[in-house]
Formats: sequence, structure tokens, C-alpha cells
Amino acid sequence: MSRSTLALQVGMLARRSVVRTFRQPAMVVPALLFPLLLLSINSSGLDSATRLPGFPTDSYFQFALAIAFVQGALFSANSAGTNVSSDVETGFLNRLSLTPLRRIALLLGQLAGILALGLIQAVTFLGVGLVFGEGIAAGVAGALVIVALSLVISLGFGCIGAFVALRTGSGEAVQGIFPLLFAALFLSSMSLPRNLIETDWFQTVADWNPVSYMLEGIRSLVITGWDGEALALGFACAGGVAVIALAATSAALRTRMARA
Amino acid sequence: MSRGSFTSVALAVGRRNVHNYFTNPAMIIPGLLFPLFFFTAFAGGLSRVDSVPGFDYEAGYTAFVYGFVLLQASAFGGIFTGFSIARDFESGFSRRLMLAAPRRSGIIAGYWIAALTRAMFNIALITVVALIAGLEIAGGGLDLVGLYALALIVNAAAMLFGSGIAMRLRTMQAGPAMQVPMFLFLFLAPVWVPYDLLVGWVHAAATVNPITLVLEASRGFIAGDPTKVLPAFAATLGLAAVTILWARGGLRSAERAA
Repeated sequence: MSRSTLALQVGMLARRSVVRTFRQPAMVVPALLFPLLLLSINSSGLDSATRLPGFPTDSYFQFALAIAFVQGALFSANSAGTNVSSDVETGFLNRLSLTPLRRIALLLGQLAGILALGLIQAVTFLGVGLVFGEGIAAGVAGALVIVALSLVISLGFGCIGAFVALRTGSGEAVQGIFPLLFAALFLSSMSLPRNLIETDWFQTVADWNPVSYMLEGIRSLVITGWDGEALALGFACAGGVAVIALAATSAALRTRMARA
Repeated sequence: MSRGSFTSVALAVGRRNVHNYFTNPAMIIPGLLFPLFFFTAFAGGLSRVDSVPGFDYEAGYTAFVYGFVLLQASAFGGIFTGFSIARDFESGFSRRLMLAAPRRSGIIAGYWIAALTRAMFNIALITVVALIAGLEIAGGGLDLVGLYALALIVNAAAMLFGSGIAMRLRTMQAGPAMQVPMFLFLFLAPVWVPYDLLVGWVHAAATVNPITLVLEASRGFIAGDPTKVLPAFAATLGLAAVTILWARGGLRSAERAA
């Protein structure tokens, strides 16, 4: 199969995935609205935390802005999983398995909708951050890096959702992992910097939790400017999750297509 | 129609829902998981906040968070019972129940029994986790009665609110219409820090939110320093009275559709 045929297959499936995602307001609206609502409530409710010695900024809004990007990505897992499980349940994947379609085209096409949603989320959250916050310390280039990191995080969580959907073929199972991913966000440096977390076990969990480093990567660009270590850790954790989840999704897709 | 028929309907509906609840993990887990997440994340991750200047709660941050999570678990016990009502309408069970029940107001009372059981179960488990995590309750026996009475009235109000929506819309898709207002009610209050440390629009919202009074009274009971007790009970009983009317309206709407 030629490269142009592969590109055509990816393009057609990507178009379907993007159109399908945006035709479901129930999928898009909460993914934009809930992170912004939480950001707004958190930044008013916890503003006094900025008075703690060692807190990196005097605006909790600036600190909490990163949460919106990661929480938005959690919704990507839900969207990706729901779309893929719907394809399994309706028999769409079964029909595709009878065609000469390449597996990689199917995988990339399915993830296009998630990346499109992730892009809209990132641009929206950045816009809100610029309007209501104190700007991005790393400037325009930093804003572009935030979008890039946010897309990698969306890809990683989206692949986790797609993996669960392919393994189980059930939309309910996808909904069931949402609280677990939510727990990963809550057990991170979401609310306070890790060095200010007082409870030992919580600090240990936050130290081992890759979500902490994803948050800190985005947060560094918003608050301090260019911090190579925070960015490297952020991209490494987000990329690591994405690569592992992508490989697992690919294997699950192979199994699912062989069953069909 | 006799009082006995009301009681028999209420007990039958209550028994069925309690049985369904304890035999279906998918119904137990969501109502428990979220308050536990919040307790873990706030008590563990935010405990340093109690050293912010102006944070004047003597009982400690774990107790401060427990006051909120207790109310959240109670409210969720009520709202998730609203989900069960919606599910019963979708499956057609409620239609048959409407035809068979000699006193239909007993149906709401039955769901309230289920909501109360759920709340007590949630509260018991969360209290055990909180005690393991170091919760110290300075309040005495009477304070505890006040604390849990407030939580159970909030549970009843949440259930009545959810049932009003479920009986009007009669579909599981009504879930967000029950959950989102409850979420806003609970979070537009002094959740993480005392009222005086809130800023911006959340401070303004907390000023008019009756849950603020309930939270402050609950935390007072935990600390053994009762505060705003009468306003808190008046606010919760007021909420319960309004939601009784709301639920009765829902029942009438469901009767017309049956």
C-alpha cells in the first residue's frame, strides 16, 4: 500500500472522527466548561494559599490555570473511549476489518478528533488565562509550548480511553475509568506545590505521580518563564504516558480486529 | 385512605431500593468515591493551608475538611437516589408502581428511606476513613447529634430536589440537572478555607448560600464550639420545606403522565 493511500485513509477517518466529536455538544461543552468552572471556584476559594511562605506566585489563578489543561485532557479520555466503544458496539470496527484499511490509519484517524478537541481546549484555556490572569511568563513562544504539551497530554489520556474501549467494547467501562483518572489528578501537586505539601504519604504519591510533572511543566511556563527541568519532566511524563498508551491501544486494536 | 397504606408503600419502595443499593456495587461506588477523593485530596494535599494567617479553626485541617465531606456524602446519597428514581421511570417500574400504590406520596417517603440509608452508610465509611487519617472530634454527644442531624436534613433536601427533577423528566439523562446544581451549592461555600478568607465572586456567592451556614455550624459541632446553630437548622429545614413542595409537584407531573 502506497504512502498516499495511507494518508488518504488517515485523512478520511480523521475527518469522520473530528466531525463526530464536534457534533456531540454533550462531549465538547463539559470538556470546556467544567475545567473553567473548577478554575474559577478554585482561584477564588484558595487565593489565601498564596500567603503561604514559599508559594511561587501571588495569584492562585495563575497557579491553578495548569489544572484546566490537564482536567480538559481527562475529558479527552472519556470522549475517545466513548467514540471507540460506540464503534465497537455498532459493529463499525467489524465492517472495517473486512476492508484493506491499515490498522495504523484507523488508530491515527480515531485520535484526530481528540487532538482537535484538545487544541480547542488549550486555546480556550490560554485565552481565559490571558484575559483573567497576569499573562504567560514565557511569552508567546511559551504559550505555543503550552499548547504542544497540552496536546501530548490529551493524546496520552485519549489513548488510555481508547485502549479501555477496545479491550472491553463497553461505554460503561470507559465511564468507569473516569474516576480513576480523576484520582490521578487529585493525588498530584494540583492544589499546592509539592514542597508545600505537609502530609508525607501524600507528598510521596505526588512525587511518583506523572500528573504532577505535567502540571508543573505547564505551570512553569505560566509563572516562572523558561524552566528546562520542569519542561523536560513535563514532556517526558506526558510523552511516556502517550507512547505506552499508544502501544497498548495498537495491540488492543490488533486483537479486536482479529476477533472481528 | 389509611395511614397504613402510606407506610406500607413507603416501606416496600424503601426496602426494594435499599436492597438494590447494597447488591449493586455500581450504585455504591460513585456516591462514596467522590467524597473519599475530596477528603484524601484536601486533607492530605492542602493541610498546610491551616497555617495561612487568619485560618482560625482550632480542630485542625482534617476536621475542617471532614465537615465538608460529611455534607457532600449526605447530599450525594440524596442525589444518587434521584438517579434511581429516574432509572425506575426509564425501566417502566415507576409506571406500574403508580398504578399499584394506594397512596402515592408513600413512594417519595420510600425513596427517602433509601436515601437516608445510603447517607448513613456513606457517612459511616467516611467517618472511619477520617478517624484512621487522624480526625479528632472535640465535640461532645449533643454536638454529634447536631452534626449528623444537619447532614441528614441536607440528605433529605437533596433527595427531594433530585426526585422532583427525576419525576418531571423521567429519564437518566436528567442526571446532570440534578448533579450540577448540587455541585455548585456545595462548592460555592467555604470549602477549603473559612468564610473570611474567601475572595472574589465565590465570597459573594458564599454569603447568600445557605450551605455556608450549614458548613460553619457543622465545623462548630466538630470543634466542640457550636456556632450559628439556629440559623443553620432554620436554613436546612427551609431547604427541606421548599424541596418537599418541589417533589410533590414532580409527583403530580408523573401522575399526569402515568
